[in-house]
Amino acid sequence: MKPASPFRELQKGGGRVRVTFDGRTFDLREGGNLAAELLAAGIRSFRKTPVSGAERGPFCMMGACFDCLVVIDGVTRQACMCEVSAGLVIDRPGAEGEGDA
Amino acid sequence: MLDADLIVIGAGPAGMAAARTAADAGLSVLLLDEQQRAGGQIYRDVERVPAERKKILGDDYLKGRALAEALDHPKIRHLTGAVVWQIEDGPRVAFTRDGAAGLARGKRLLIATGALERPMPVSGWTLPGVMTAGAAQILLKQSGLLCERAVLAGSGPLLYLVAAQMCRAGTPPLVLVETQTPADRRAALRHLPKALKAWRVLAKGLGLLAEIRRAGVKRYIGATGIAIHGQDKAEAISFEADGRRHQIACASVLLHHGVVPNTQATRSLSLPHVWSEAQRAFSPERDRWGRTANTDIFVAGDGGGIGGAVAAKLQGEVAALEVACDLEKISHVNRDRAAAPLRKGLAIELAARPFIDRAYPPYAKALAPADSTIICRCEEVTAGDIRRYAGLGCLGPNQTKAFGRPGMGPCQGRYCGLTVTELLAAETGRSQEDTGYYRIRPPLKPVTLGELAVLAETDLKEQEDIS
Ligand code: FES
Repeated sequence: MKPASPFRELQKGGGRVRVTFDGRTFDLREGGNLAAELLAAGIRSFRKTPVSGAERGPFCMMGACFDCLVVIDGVTRQACMCEVSAGLVIDRPGAEGEGDA
Repeated sequence: MLDADLIVIGAGPAGMAAARTAADAGLSVLLLDEQQRAGGQIYRDVERVPAERKKILGDDYLKGRALAEALDHPKIRHLTGAVVWQIEDGPRVAFTRDGAAGLARGKRLLIATGALERPMPVSGWTLPGVMTAGAAQILLKQSGLLCERAVLAGSGPLLYLVAAQMCRAGTPPLVLVETQTPADRRAALRHLPKALKAWRVLAKGLGLLAEIRRAGVKRYIGATGIAIHGQDKAEAISFEADGRRHQIACASVLLHHGVVPNTQATRSLSLPHVWSEAQRAFSPERDRWGRTANTDIFVAGDGGGIGGAVAAKLQGEVAALEVACDLEKISHVNRDRAAAPLRKGLAIELAARPFIDRAYPPYAKALAPADSTIICRCEEVTAGDIRRYAGLGCLGPNQTKAFGRPGMGPCQGRYCGLTVTELLAAETGRSQEDTGYYRIRPPLKPVTLGELAVLAETDLKEQEDIS
């Protein structure tokens, strides 16, 4: 089930493609900003910090804060600097292959 | 290796305007920008914004469209999605794009990397659901997303712009928690006569306030003691105003108390920087053409001091004229003739700055946060940690790294550097200028071994091609 999102989407339409985030599937707008589309899908926390394990989500949306880090194809990337494409497999950093822990 | 007369880093107003002016003068221009489309943050995605979003964003935003379209010029090569990670004398620029690293060499370099939000460390600012006001605006411009049940907190014109845009879209913020005080407004009045030269800027501000009022959004003035609450996401904000403590449940908190020059690139080149007391930030030293202490390197736009989008565009054009003159494409006389009206426009555009800076100063408690507040988001270092380092004899930001890890995370101090400077200056009794800033070393953005490997291969191939 889609988690509740605190965002209102002005544009409902747009072609959607399937991606997985943290093992769950989502249909996101193709070509959209990945961080924005995950937020719109109701994801609040993108990762846990390595220091204290605190939850973090996008803060700056302009590639400066690195709080939106995710892992795509084994590479840690800033979600706010990526675009949505079909079949993306996105993991939380440090959680690759850990399952639903 | 890519060659160009002028390399421009950043496709915001300064970079776009500089690229076109230089190209018109006959220079070959390589424009490198991290985003997939031109515009920078202020004009993000302006070329493909859907019609219904235009009304919400307003005319000033749509002005960016002409600048972006002007990049369509045979002398301009615009590389989108190009992330610059090293700048060297030469000037030479290393970047990654599409998973491969690339190198470029220019006769001149213009750094137009704009501004960052001033860090606003308050209790709870690291929780998911807390973003900068600028981030909320980017979500709106690029993705058509509006924060519901949001509180805006801090001070400055951008706070009003974002609030007004949210009102226009039919999703007004719950409240505005404003940190400037009536005393700030009184102190700003002496700058008002000069600011009237930029009456359009002032009129726009008043218009935004009227929109916010009409939408019935409550504004608290002189708020202090701001804290954000929640377990694993922002759920409420509390603050003191009107002589009592308030707590408001919300889904998002949008923070803003001004923007500051993004000096990562100029710092990495060890260029001299100066402290501006009025803007409470460092900016690289530059002459009236935007030239830095390194004669081949220029800075235009907010990266050299905050002036806003229109000033950035004009500065970009001024710098491009000087580069064209350097490279003997235009004469000194023609350079000066073309620059004169730009300078006049710049003077008008900047006339309102002293008033705005004084009326909307940074939130004092975020410049000197409580001991328990995290100031380095990456490494979770607190204000108390920094004060403790100062007590142990730490004088400057670089030295803090001997005591802990502030500024050593992936953001490289972008969102803690100024706070560390302010905290150390307050503890040691030295000026911010003397306290200094982090030394910034490449890579400016992370680069992977895989990306470097592609660069090595193409480099080898180029050598073979030549031999
Ligand atoms: S949200 Fe700040 S880097 Fe992506």
